[in-house]
Amino acid sequence: MCGIVGLFLKDKSLEPQLGQMLTGMLITMTDRGPDSAGIAIYGTDADDQWKLTVQSANPDADFEGLDAALGKACGTAVKMTRKDTHAVLEMAADKIDAARAALKRLRPEVRVMSAGDTIEIYKEVGLPKDVAARFELAKMSGTHGIGHTRMATESAVTTMGAHPFSTGADQCLVHNGSLSNHNSLRRQLAHEGIITETQNDTEVGAAYLTWKMREGATLGEALESSLSDLDGFFTFVVGTKDGFGVVRDPIACKPAVMAETDQYVAFGSEYRALVNLPGIEDARVWEPEPATVYFWNH
Amino acid sequence: MQTFDLEARGLRELNSTLHALKGQTNMSAWEVINPKGAHAIAAGLDAPVEVTVKGSTGYYCAGMNKQATVQIKGSAGPGVAENMMSGTVIVEGDASQYAGATGRGGLLVIKGNASSRCGISMKGINIVVHGNIGHMSAFMAQSGTLVVLGDAGEALGDSLYEARLFVRGKVKSLGADCIEKEMRPEHLELLADLLKQAGVDGKAKPEEFTRYGSARKLYNFNIDNADAY
Repeated sequence: MCGIVGLFLKDKSLEPQLGQMLTGMLITMTDRGPDSAGIAIYGTDADDQWKLTVQSANPDADFEGLDAALGKACGTAVKMTRKDTHAVLEMAADKIDAARAALKRLRPEVRVMSAGDTIEIYKEVGLPKDVAARFELAKMSGTHGIGHTRMATESAVTTMGAHPFSTGADQCLVHNGSLSNHNSLRRQLAHEGIITETQNDTEVGAAYLTWKMREGATLGEALESSLSDLDGFFTFVVGTKDGFGVVRDPIACKPAVMAETDQYVAFGSEYRALVNLPGIEDARVWEPEPATVYFWNH
Repeated sequence: MQTFDLEARGLRELNSTLHALKGQTNMSAWEVINPKGAHAIAAGLDAPVEVTVKGSTGYYCAGMNKQATVQIKGSAGPGVAENMMSGTVIVEGDASQYAGATGRGGLLVIKGNASSRCGISMKGINIVVHGNIGHMSAFMAQSGTLVVLGDAGEALGDSLYEARLFVRGKVKSLGADCIEKEMRPEHLELLADLLKQAGVDGKAKPEEFTRYGSARKLYNFNIDNADAY
């Protein structure tokens, strides 16, 4: 069991409240996943700077002087904003790859949570309310976001085993279920040059979609092909820079409820997660069909 | 009519208040406000009371119901009226997975659509769905009647025993051992009665339905299939 929440805003006036609404939804799903929690949030695209969100188990030591060191290594200005165990490093888009390489050398214990133009991912072990408070998720604004509360089945309860997983720029995926062909798929993806960092089944699902999109598929097409290539139980919610997608396996045991109004599209593992959204009483509420791809774009 | 604010007083108090009515014969009416998708609302009732839930519910609403009439003025989450023994449960909106699963008696009416596994392993309950039902509905259904005014999804009635299935719309596919059957006068009569009880009121006529049931080929081991094991 796990909990998933997602919110894709159509109404720009709600953007300052995205973090607050998602935090409420996330905490409601604590019963479904008290082990760890995470959130991917797509901020507003203000300039040509890209963001690297990183995490460390020893943030005081690792983040000390990291912006200056990275800036020197890559020959660019780096702005660092620290939040608890995570830090967001902003820099020119064309320096991101160099920064990732330099990071491995300068701070080998630091993990990259996400990279991209607008995405930031925060995830940690602990109750969703504590995780949300540590990262001040409620204060964040953005265009869309996805959250996950985890009850671990396929890999250990660690920060890196928490969702969302990001395997490509501005991409993320959260999962309720378990994949059974993740080991063979992980090896196939490695041949394609897509390297996963954990033993987690969901990361392989995310990497699979990254690979499909790298080969030219749209988000919708990548989700469609996952139905034949992934074996196991899954309800996936996926984010890209301007898109938001949902797909469930053909058996569809893992619960899902969606709601749509003129202001937003929302996803919850249960209806409970949606009850405090504005205008929910008059929203179109439905259960996504099995083996059917849903996606929205800005 | 007594009003119970679920958000203010909590689920434990609601259900223990309703359970305390067991053995009382006077019909009392209750209204539950602010359900907000909570689980197990009005589960385990055993008294001839009327409970109206003003909104949508989470898992297992009215589960194990005996005697009571529970009306949900919204949609119901997974397992609504699961293992119902008697009484009536009415869902004004849609129902999620395995509505009426393993039910042994009573009537479940879903005025919207029901999703997958509706009536799975039903053992005597009657279920009337005004809309469509999802895949694997009435899987291993043993007895009782499932009536669907709309369409049915894949693998309807897989490994069916003696439950009766009536579908007015299209059936995407039939499950193993489920076949179309002849509609006899007693079936038309049964349907007319259930449609009336379910408040269908002329929206559908018994003659418009097709009956499905068990071919009874899975009842006994077939020695010709020994190689398959």
